[in-house]
Amino acid sequence: MNAIFVMLLGLAAMFLGYVFYSKFVAEKIYKLDPNFKTPAHEFEDGVDFVPTNKYVLWGHHFTSVAGAAPIIGPAIAVIWGWVPAFLWVIFGTIFFAGVHDAGAIWASNRNKAKSMGNLTGDVVSKRAQTLFMIVIFLVLLMVNAVFATAISGLLVKFPSSVIPVWGAIFVALIIGQIIFRKWMGLGTVSILGVVALYLLIWAGPSAPLSLPETVGGLTDNASWVLILFGYAAIASLLPVWMLLQPRDYINGLQLFIGLILLYAAVLLLGPDMTAPAFNTNLPENTPSMLPLLFVTIACGAISGFHGLVASGTTSKQLDKETDLRFVGYFGAIGEGSLSLATIIAACAGFATLADWEAVYSSFGQGGVAAFVEGGANIISQGVGLDNEIAETLLTVMAVLFAGTTMDTGLRLQRYIFQEWGNIYNISWMQKALPATLLAVISCVALAFGAGSDGSGGLAIWPLFGTTNQLLAGLTLMVITVMLVRLGRPMYVTLLPLIFLLIMTVFALFIQLKGFYMEENWFLFGLDIVVLIAAVWIALEATSALSNLKKEQKS
Amino acid sequence: MRNMNIKSIQQWFSRAGELVNEFYNAPYRSAIARAKRDEDDLFMMLVFSEMMGVPNPASYYTLELQPLMLERFHDWHQRMGMEHSPLDHFRCC
Repeated sequence: MNAIFVMLLGLAAMFLGYVFYSKFVAEKIYKLDPNFKTPAHEFEDGVDFVPTNKYVLWGHHFTSVAGAAPIIGPAIAVIWGWVPAFLWVIFGTIFFAGVHDAGAIWASNRNKAKSMGNLTGDVVSKRAQTLFMIVIFLVLLMVNAVFATAISGLLVKFPSSVIPVWGAIFVALIIGQIIFRKWMGLGTVSILGVVALYLLIWAGPSAPLSLPETVGGLTDNASWVLILFGYAAIASLLPVWMLLQPRDYINGLQLFIGLILLYAAVLLLGPDMTAPAFNTNLPENTPSMLPLLFVTIACGAISGFHGLVASGTTSKQLDKETDLRFVGYFGAIGEGSLSLATIIAACAGFATLADWEAVYSSFGQGGVAAFVEGGANIISQGVGLDNEIAETLLTVMAVLFAGTTMDTGLRLQRYIFQEWGNIYNISWMQKALPATLLAVISCVALAFGAGSDGSGGLAIWPLFGTTNQLLAGLTLMVITVMLVRLGRPMYVTLLPLIFLLIMTVFALFIQLKGFYMEENWFLFGLDIVVLIAAVWIALEATSALSNLKKEQKS
Repeated sequence: MRNMNIKSIQQWFSRAGELVNEFYNAPYRSAIARAKRDEDDLFMMLVFSEMMGVPNPASYYTLELQPLMLERFHDWHQRMGMEHSPLDHFRCC
C-alpha cells in the first residue's frame, strides 16, 4: 500500500476525531464553560499563574509531551506489522490520549490548578496519592535508563551524529547566554541557532567519531551510558536558563522542522509500505502482540506522563476553559502525528521486505535505528538530501529529544529525593549534589541491570510503557471519580481505564514469565513491583467507585 | 497603500515576536523566578548579617538599604513559616 494513503488516512481520522469526538467530550462530558474563571486569572501572579494565548500554550504542551518516546515505541511495535501499530496509534489518540490529556487539564483547572498527585489525594484517597508518587518515581527511573540506552545505541550506530549531538549542547549554551544577557532578539537568535545546528549536522558525516570498542572492560555502549549520565547530572544542576531552556526551545523548533520535512518527503516520494501489514514471519522470542502492543506504544497512543505536564504547568496558564479542548486534545493529536510519521518511516523506508526483516531481526531491535534509517531513505529520495546527512539529521533529532527528557527527568528525580530527605529528616539528602548522585546511581544501576552494555537492547522498554500506562490509569481514575460526583456519564473515561488495566496486568504477567525464562532477576523484581502497583490501582479504582455508588444511593 | 502594507507587516512581525518570546519564557518562568528569589534572599541576609552577629565590613552602607528591604523581609519571614520577625532589633509586623 502506498504510504501517502496511510498518511492521509491517519491524519484525516485524527482530524475528524478532533472535530467531532473532542467536541462531544468537551460539550457533553466535561461541559467546558467559557465564563469559568480559570486559575490563571484567579491567582494571576505573573510567575506561575499567567493567562496565555492558546496557540502558545498548545506549542508548549505539545513540545513538552512529544519527545523520543512516541518515536521509540511505534518503531519497536511495527515488528508485528504496520497495521496493528497504525490502528492503536490512531484509535489510541482519538479515544484515549485526547480524552486523557484534555481531562487532566480540566480536572486540574477545576481544582485550583493542583497537580495530578495532589488531586489524587483530594479526589480519591491519601493512599492513592502515595501510590501515585511511587509510580511517578518508577516512571522517571525507567525513562532515564531507557533513554540513555537508546541514545548510546544511536551514537554507536551512527558515528556521524556524535559531533552534532554534543555540538548542539554548545549551541544551546551560547544561545542561553545571548538571550539572558539580552545581546540579541529572540528571532535573530533562533535563526542563527537553527542554522548553526544544521551546519553541524551537515558537517557531521565528514567527521564521524566513535569510542574504542572496549575501555577497561566496558563496551562502547556502556561508556556512552556513563558519559550521558555524567552530562545529565551536570546539566540538571545548572540553572535552567543556562542550558535546559535554550535546549528545550531548539528542540521545539526541531520537532516542527522534522515533522514537516518527514511528511513533505513522504508526499513527494510516495513510497510503498514494504513492511508486512501483519507480520506472520515473526523472529523467535517475539512476545505475543496482544497485550504487548498496547504497552510498547504508550506515548503516541496514551501516556501518563502527559497528565503530569497537563496538571503541572499547562493548567496554570489556561486563559479560557474552552481552550483546553485545543491545547489538550490537539496536543495529543500532534503527538499521534509524530508516531504516525515514525510508523511510515520504519515501514516504508526500506527497499525490500528482506531489508526490513534484516533490521527487525529480534524483538527490541530495529526500534529507533529503523526510524532513522527508513526516514533517511525517504527524505533523501523525496527531497534529495544526501542520505548520510539525512541519517545524521534524524539521529540528532531523536537524541536531542531523549537527552532533554533525561535532563528534566534527572532533575525531577532529584527533587523527589530531596523531598524524601525532608520528610524523613535526612539532612544530607536535602542537598542538590548528593540527591543528584543518588538519582544517577539508581538510574545507572537500572540501565546496566537491564543490559545497556549492549547486550540487552531495549529489553526494558515494554516495562517502561506499562508503568507509563499505569500513570495514565491513575489520572483516568481521578477524572472518572470527578465525573461520577458531578452525575455525568463516566464511560468516556472508565472504558479506557478498564482497557488499560486489563492490558497492563496481562502484559506484566507475560513479561514476568519472559524475565524468569531469561533469568533476569533484576527486571523480574522490578516487574513484580509494577505488578503490585497495577493491582493496587485496580483495587483503589473499584473501591472509590463503589463507595461513590453507595453515597449516591443513601 | 504601500505604507499601509509595511505597517501591517511590521505589526505582524512584532506580534509574532511577542508570541515567540512567550513560547521561550513561559515554561521556565517559575523556575527562574524561584532562583531569583533565592539570590534576593542571600542578598537580604548580607544586609541583615550584623543583626545575626556576622560582622559585615560594609554595614555602614547596607544599613541604608534596610528600609528598602521591609516589604521583602515581611514576605520572607512569612514564607519561612514565621508569623513575626525573628530578629530582635528589627520588628516587622
